[in-house]
Amino acid sequence: MAYKMPTQKYSGKILEVNVGSDLKLGGESVLPFYSFDGDIGNKPAIGMEIWDIFPESWPAGVLDVFKEVADEPVKWAKHCVEKYNPDFICIKFEGASPDGLNKSVEECAEVAKRLAENVSVPLVIAGCPNNEKNAKLFTKIAESLPNKNYVFLSAVESNYKEVAAAVGLAYGNVVAAESSVDLNLAKQLNILITQLGVKPDKMVMNPGCAAVGYGFEYAVTTMDRIRLAALEQNDATLQMPMILPVSFESWKVKESVVSEEEIPEWGPQEERGIAMEISTAVGVLAAGANAVILRHPRSVEVVRNFITEMTE
Amino acid sequence: MALNGMQIYKLLPRKNCKECGFPTCLAFAMKLAQGGTEAEKCPYMSDEAKAQLAEATAPPMKTVKFGANDTEYTLGGETVLFRHEKTFVNRPRFAIMFSDIMAQEEIEKKINNINTINYTRINEEMYVEIAAFRCESQDKDKFISLIKKVTESCPKVVPMIITESPEIAEAAVGICADKGPILFGANEQNYEAMADLAKENKLLLGVTADGKENLYTLVQKLQNTGYKELLLDAGSRNLKGAFDDMVNIRRTALLSGDRTFGYPAVAFVCDMSQDKMMQLACASLFIEKYASIIVLSDMDYSMALPLFALRQNIFTDPQRPMRIEQGIYKVGSADEESPLLVTVDFALTYFIVSGEVERSKVPSWILIPDAGGYSVLTAWAAGKFNAKSIAKAVKEFEVENKVKTRELIIPGKVAVLKSDIEDELPGWKVTVGTEEAAALPNFLKKYKAKEAAS
Ligand code: B12
Ligand code: SF4
Repeated sequence: MAYKMPTQKYSGKILEVNVGSDLKLGGESVLPFYSFDGDIGNKPAIGMEIWDIFPESWPAGVLDVFKEVADEPVKWAKHCVEKYNPDFICIKFEGASPDGLNKSVEECAEVAKRLAENVSVPLVIAGCPNNEKNAKLFTKIAESLPNKNYVFLSAVESNYKEVAAAVGLAYGNVVAAESSVDLNLAKQLNILITQLGVKPDKMVMNPGCAAVGYGFEYAVTTMDRIRLAALEQNDATLQMPMILPVSFESWKVKESVVSEEEIPEWGPQEERGIAMEISTAVGVLAAGANAVILRHPRSVEVVRNFITEMTE
Repeated sequence: MALNGMQIYKLLPRKNCKECGFPTCLAFAMKLAQGGTEAEKCPYMSDEAKAQLAEATAPPMKTVKFGANDTEYTLGGETVLFRHEKTFVNRPRFAIMFSDIMAQEEIEKKINNINTINYTRINEEMYVEIAAFRCESQDKDKFISLIKKVTESCPKVVPMIITESPEIAEAAVGICADKGPILFGANEQNYEAMADLAKENKLLLGVTADGKENLYTLVQKLQNTGYKELLLDAGSRNLKGAFDDMVNIRRTALLSGDRTFGYPAVAFVCDMSQDKMMQLACASLFIEKYASIIVLSDMDYSMALPLFALRQNIFTDPQRPMRIEQGIYKVGSADEESPLLVTVDFALTYFIVSGEVERSKVPSWILIPDAGGYSVLTAWAAGKFNAKSIAKAVKEFEVENKVKTRELIIPGKVAVLKSDIEDELPGWKVTVGTEEAAALPNFLKKYKAKEAAS
């Protein structure tokens, strides 16, 4: 008997979503990287994370790389784009946090505008830990950057009405729907946002991220289930591309923050942070992420190589 | 392929003697087909029929073993393609590649790395399980002395002997048979001799061919020799090709139910890139997608930490929550003056926190209330970790009789609970701890010093 390779053909397909003017996410009709089954759609994209304020809290392993440029977001973003060629820049408005500098939304929108004018790649706008503030922040930024197809990270259960109305409806940008590691919650939030009138191809989702070793299996399983529902059951409420802010999680955990003096046998801190970031990124890409957000240039390089080898 | 009741009936002695506990052979056959009884219950079945039945009722992917005694490992036996469908059962094992034409310093460096990586994460010991030896010199003595050197320096590793020469293989097996090595290199030309050697020594046999089609025919030939303790390699040495091999070998077994590919597979990540971080990326992929042995050029802590953590996560049984019993736990020689911390009953969180408290060398108490078995923020968001559940635990476990302190250190992520808890527990003071447990050693040392000063 000769070998017969099994294939899995699906009725569903992930939506193709435009970000900025020419970055496309999604479009696949098979499981992630299953090019032997069919069309894998657009290559997963890589974004680099920057902050609106100097990222004091970043561990040395990654802060040292950017400390010369990190005092000014436009300088920082241009540095990243010119040197490391990411597909997009993710600007996180940590300075807007009411528990921190509590910068005004106008001031933040100014920064976003200057970035948009000076940076050649699309932007992903991420908020601070306060969802209420984010609603106001996203509204203001979307208003000052209308119809840009920028992604706003994120609309959550408690603020989706305001965020979706401003970002997705009034000002023509892309809404990222963020839920907490559960297929049904992801589905529910997508439905609520589309019921407000946001078109599914103006949406992406973040179904919840974690670093490897820290409840990561729940993140992977949620993504697996979302992809299978989208492809196998052709569930239109779960066919949006997924974006995962890997760096938000991977640089927080012990492996990335403990210094070499504290645990000498673990070796250089920078290497460990990079390794946690790469492993987490590959872990979510293999589960269906269409875009990942990273911090360290070395991670960007390796994950890009990985994606190239898997898709070409 | 699975047999139905009638097909099984034809294999039975048809005596209708009832000794199996069923009224007729047919009734027994029907039950057997549903998996409701065991073939052994019929004392009159021929060995041949038993073998046929065993074959027909075997799981789609074989479970195989390698190693010996304390370092014996199980591979394969998977029944699902996604962990949420049931669970993944046998985690992949990591190998480091050595070659007999490698420079001495390189060999020493790898030996040193293997011996350095040794730590416990959530109750699991983490270390490199396998040393792979590729015979490239074609010089038997050189090869043997390499295996000797490494296995003597790294007592825990199981050798994986990689050669296509049955003669060299036999010599290599000769010096380490007691360690239950993996024998890798059965191919189109040598498979009979290699199978004999594997059979004689009861070894896991690695089968290699150029492409899935060739591998498929080769495995059939090997199965016909009667030896079925196999490990598969369809020959791809680039990332994309190897991914195709891993996914399709697994799917052939589980989706097509074709047991020719119902064996674990090996990924030679060491040949896919020279860059260690790229090897880390490849290995991360193959943990999720279906390799059972992952061969790396080398491993240091920066690679080990994410790889072992990822593997531990992916191979956690989703049906069995990792929960820890509620109560008050002592870390180190805590006495009634020691600090008191509170965390949740999620095993992952508990082990991380208790590990950090141990590292601080400040003897302490850890209180575990009923938090639904969730992580700190999950439990808080689900309403299970709050002032009420914490106060309840303080009473239930008679904390006030066990410690003199009336100060409770809470996780930084739930700082908002401070005043609620103080309201709920009159006479107590709540101190907000760090957000991440990694900062606990410093925190506790300072905390202790401040206490001593006052
Ligand atoms: C895995 C996970 C789940 C799993 C649960 C697994 C489990 N057994 O806990 C599942 C999928 C079931 C789940 C469910 C929910 N989840 Co959840 N989940 C996560 C996820 C991805 C990882 C959590 C984890 O395992 N962390 C690792 C452990 C080790 O961290 P930890 O317990 O916090 O411990 C650390 C520190 O707190 C510290 N520490 C711990 N104890 C102590 C003690 C002291 C004294 C000190 C100083 C420090 C300290 O040390 C540890 C290491 O640094 C996070 C997102 C994320 N990336 O964190 C969301 C997250 C925690 N979940 C969230 C939510 C909302 C939920 C749900 C309520 C959603 C819903 N509406 O249903 C449900 C609740 C369950 C239910 N329905 O009843 C939110 C919480 C949001 C918030 N800030 O309130 C998060 C943050 C996701 C998000 N961004 O929205 N979740
Ligand atoms: S014991 Fe065997 S032979 Fe006797 S009835 Fe049962 S199946 Fe038939």
